Amino acid sequence: MGIGLTHFLILSGILFSLGIFGIATRKNAILVLMSLELILNSANINFVAFSRFGGVNIEGQIAALFVIVLAAAEVAVALAIVLNIYQNYHHVNVDEINQMKG
Amino acid sequence: MNTLELVFYLFAFIVVLSAMGVVFSRKLMYSAFSLLFTFFGVAGLYAVLNADFLAVVQIMIYVGGILVLIIFGVMLTSKVTGVDIVSGGTGKTLYIGSTVVSAAMLFFLTYLYNTVNWHLPEVTKYSETSLDAIGNLLLTKYVLTFLVAAILLLIAFIGAALIARKGN
Amino acid sequence: MTPDTILNLSIAILFLPLLTFIFLVFFGKKLGRVSGYIGTAVLGIDLILAIIVAFQRLTTYVAEPMLQYKVDWLYLGNQTVSIGVGVDNLTAIMLIVVTLISFLVHFFSLEYMRDDENFPRFYAYLGIFSFSMLGIVIANNFLNMFIFWELVGLSSYLLIGFWFHKDSAADAGKKAFITNRIGDLGFLFGLMILFHTYGTFMFDDVFGFIKAGILPFDSGTWLTALGILVFAGAIGKSAQFPLHVWLPDAMEGPTPVSALIHAATMVAAGVYLTARIFPMFTADAMIFVAYVGALTAIIAATIAITQFDFKRVLAYSTVSQLGYMVMGLGVGAFTSGFMHLVTHAWFKALLFLASGSVIHAMHTAMHHAHNHDMDAQDIRNMGGMRKTMPITYLTFLFATIAISGIPFTSGFMSKDGILAGTLAFGNLTGHWFIPIAGFGAAAITAFYMFRLTIVSFHGKPKTEIAKHTKENNFLILVPLITLAILTFWFFYSPNPFGADKGWFHKATQSPGSVVPSKYNFSFNVPVHHGEMGHENVMHSGHEESMNNAVHEQHSEMNMAMHEQHSEMNMSMQGHHAENQCDEEKAEGEHCKYAEAAPFQVTHVDRYADGELKEHTEFTEALHHAHIPAMILSLIVAFSGILVAFVFYQFKVYDIGSIINMYPWLYKGSFNKWFFDEMYQATVINGTVGLGKVIAWFDLNIIDGVVNFTAAIGRGLSKVTAVFDFRIIDGLVNFSAWISGLLGKALRKPQTGMIQTYLVLTVIGILALIFIFI
Repeated sequence: MGIGLTHFLILSGILFSLGIFGIATRKNAILVLMSLELILNSANINFVAFSRFGGVNIEGQIAALFVIVLAAAEVAVALAIVLNIYQNYHHVNVDEINQMKG
Repeated sequence: MNTLELVFYLFAFIVVLSAMGVVFSRKLMYSAFSLLFTFFGVAGLYAVLNADFLAVVQIMIYVGGILVLIIFGVMLTSKVTGVDIVSGGTGKTLYIGSTVVSAAMLFFLTYLYNTVNWHLPEVTKYSETSLDAIGNLLLTKYVLTFLVAAILLLIAFIGAALIARKGN
Repeated sequence: MTPDTILNLSIAILFLPLLTFIFLVFFGKKLGRVSGYIGTAVLGIDLILAIIVAFQRLTTYVAEPMLQYKVDWLYLGNQTVSIGVGVDNLTAIMLIVVTLISFLVHFFSLEYMRDDENFPRFYAYLGIFSFSMLGIVIANNFLNMFIFWELVGLSSYLLIGFWFHKDSAADAGKKAFITNRIGDLGFLFGLMILFHTYGTFMFDDVFGFIKAGILPFDSGTWLTALGILVFAGAIGKSAQFPLHVWLPDAMEGPTPVSALIHAATMVAAGVYLTARIFPMFTADAMIFVAYVGALTAIIAATIAITQFDFKRVLAYSTVSQLGYMVMGLGVGAFTSGFMHLVTHAWFKALLFLASGSVIHAMHTAMHHAHNHDMDAQDIRNMGGMRKTMPITYLTFLFATIAISGIPFTSGFMSKDGILAGTLAFGNLTGHWFIPIAGFGAAAITAFYMFRLTIVSFHGKPKTEIAKHTKENNFLILVPLITLAILTFWFFYSPNPFGADKGWFHKATQSPGSVVPSKYNFSFNVPVHHGEMGHENVMHSGHEESMNNAVHEQHSEMNMAMHEQHSEMNMSMQGHHAENQCDEEKAEGEHCKYAEAAPFQVTHVDRYADGELKEHTEFTEALHHAHIPAMILSLIVAFSGILVAFVFYQFKVYDIGSIINMYPWLYKGSFNKWFFDEMYQATVINGTVGLGKVIAWFDLNIIDGVVNFTAAIGRGLSKVTAVFDFRIIDGLVNFSAWISGLLGKALRKPQTGMIQTYLVLTVIGILALIFIFI
């Protein structure tokens, strides 16, 4: 049958679900960040796959490029926040930072 | 099964396995190193998809930048050095709930991707390298986006430095 | 220098101190002591500009009417309110007075306020005070004057209460402010009448209308009332009887402030206002003004005799001298009254600064002796400081001699002129109380000023502190010496016994009265001896101002008027104005006086060659009264000094025995004739009593009515309450209960944990996917 669009999409679906699972279950903020990277990567795979198979042409790759840029910025800011949280709480467990609890 | 398929399955296997390693590993360092393989795998997939430039960028930024940052983050936010930095779970209810939800998500996505009939044009010709095309587009059609992204990066890094600074 | 340049410079003079104020308010705290140097430097520049302006005005333009700018400021319906600035001879002289004294006080305070923690704030306040005072001086209309008048009141309040952590200072500030408001209310009423009648605030316009015979409500009585109401502002600001009580209390402020505001400039603003509105005083108003001044002069002088606080004696002396000036203006001795303002400003500022020097020295000595209980201002603690502080003593003595009216001083010339005026006035009207009060106050002034000098400077030191006082440094002495030099006669006139040939008298000739002769003293109405030149000048001014239509219409009448007496001329012009006004009203238009009234006549006729063209019976009488007044005033001054020396220096008689002889006189004087107690008993207690009556009415009558309605309402509401409680509240409580239940349920998912939210979000997405596929 050959490798088609669907293969890539399902791979990205797996990656996405794993990311969601990671974000939802792990309490270390850095692990949450890593899982987020998984989700971003799965989205990128979709972009590139559609750019290859979907006739979106090279624009899909450019979108992926911007996503990477965004991810870099996001990780920088997020890690800064994590460091700040660590300074204040001496841990980075997101479940214990619950001052928004209703 | 030709070579391309073989390469695809190899990379897909690496990606899935290492992503599971990221998510399920109890030690933060293991997760971080698993992430390294995920990124490489994804870069390989890009190469399979004829996106050579993006594959290089993926390695340079994700592996060379983001991953290093994350590892630094791991080390800076742990009192104990070494590999035994454990990341605990978030409680039983949530664990079960998220397992169910993630499984359902996976199921629905797979179902979706299999059933949807994409209107795919027949792609007959695509360039061997995407570098020229990306360069042209970035400096013509997407030049504004390009600049905005640059400014965004600058602001994000200044902001990050400001936030991470000790004390206020 | 063109008139425009002069006006621009005077505007610069006005705004420079405001800039320092703004600057120091924002940056003063950081600058610290530098703020004092900035303030002093700016006032120095101001002084130089003021000297340039005054020199130009008093040489090149000395015979010109007021140079002025007018700007339309507000449009109220079909009326326009203009504001502007103007410089005439009075302004020019006042500019120098204000800027020089302000500069010296800035300079003096560099040392005097050295240790005060709020040093920059002090200089900021001095800046806004200088700004407001200069604003009064260069106003060419009533409105500007009123605005700056109130600003001056504000800055005075701020400076009196500068040490607001002292209760007495805070109270004194409030007292000054409130007492001034009473006078200012009169001023405001006066302005209302003015604007209602003339639709303008400009001095020259208003005087032009009055000269043209247009009176408020067509009545001379209202013109009198207008004069007195505006003068009420001066009563408050210049601390005239019966509103004089605030000034002595104002001595709670820092001494340089007392010198600047409560001796030389702000209190003189009232006199300046009186001088400005002098032309519109009717005969009755002038008698009122003269009596107010005379009463103030004599009452304050008698109080000053028995006070022991150094600054309080000077304060009552100030009140008394202000009374003098007002009296001088009231009797018509305009030039002398205004001259006394200037000369008094110099020597009274000197007296206060010298007292500041003494108090500063006393404080320093007390500080060294670690004695903090003694009253540094009580003259009973002083004595013998002639030896320890020779320069302060000498300058103080100059000022004392000047205020006592000894020849060869500035004070002699101005005081003598006022006394001659009172004599002439008494002679012409039969109001002999005024000259008697004037001469009496002169004698008492000489007495108490020498008492003060002798008790505090002569003899032996009465305390250890006084013995250890030391002369202050140059920052304090330079202002004293500068002012002491200004007490000599030759600045004003070459002849020490007659000021009327000096430049000052020529520059500040009486503006004459614009009040119609019907309401004026007969002796103030110009007498003409067939001088044709005078009338020609009048008419050229008149014709220019007439508008063409009127000119043609009444050309015959104009021809006739050329041959008529100028007094008649004026009344005819007034008639024109009224006629035209009536015609316009008939057409339903607003009457604009401005087109009908000739203003140019107001000044031109008086200064053809710098000499007075207008001879009145009063100027004749003044001339004749000059010699007797001089002899009399010399006699009273020297007898006052003699009495002071007899009692205090040589102690020939014991002052105590005199006190025992007339204890009630002593007690009355010592307690300031019980004015404060009287106000407490009548005005303050009256207000409180009225308040109590109103409160009783409120509590019993109004509250009764209210309570009755309330009772009815309550009866009704009891009925509705049942319905309310059972039915409506039931519904409300039910919905609240439901909301509470929902809230409790919804509160659970709000764990504060992002992951929970994420999972829920994903569930939502899944649900959407499920629905749409």
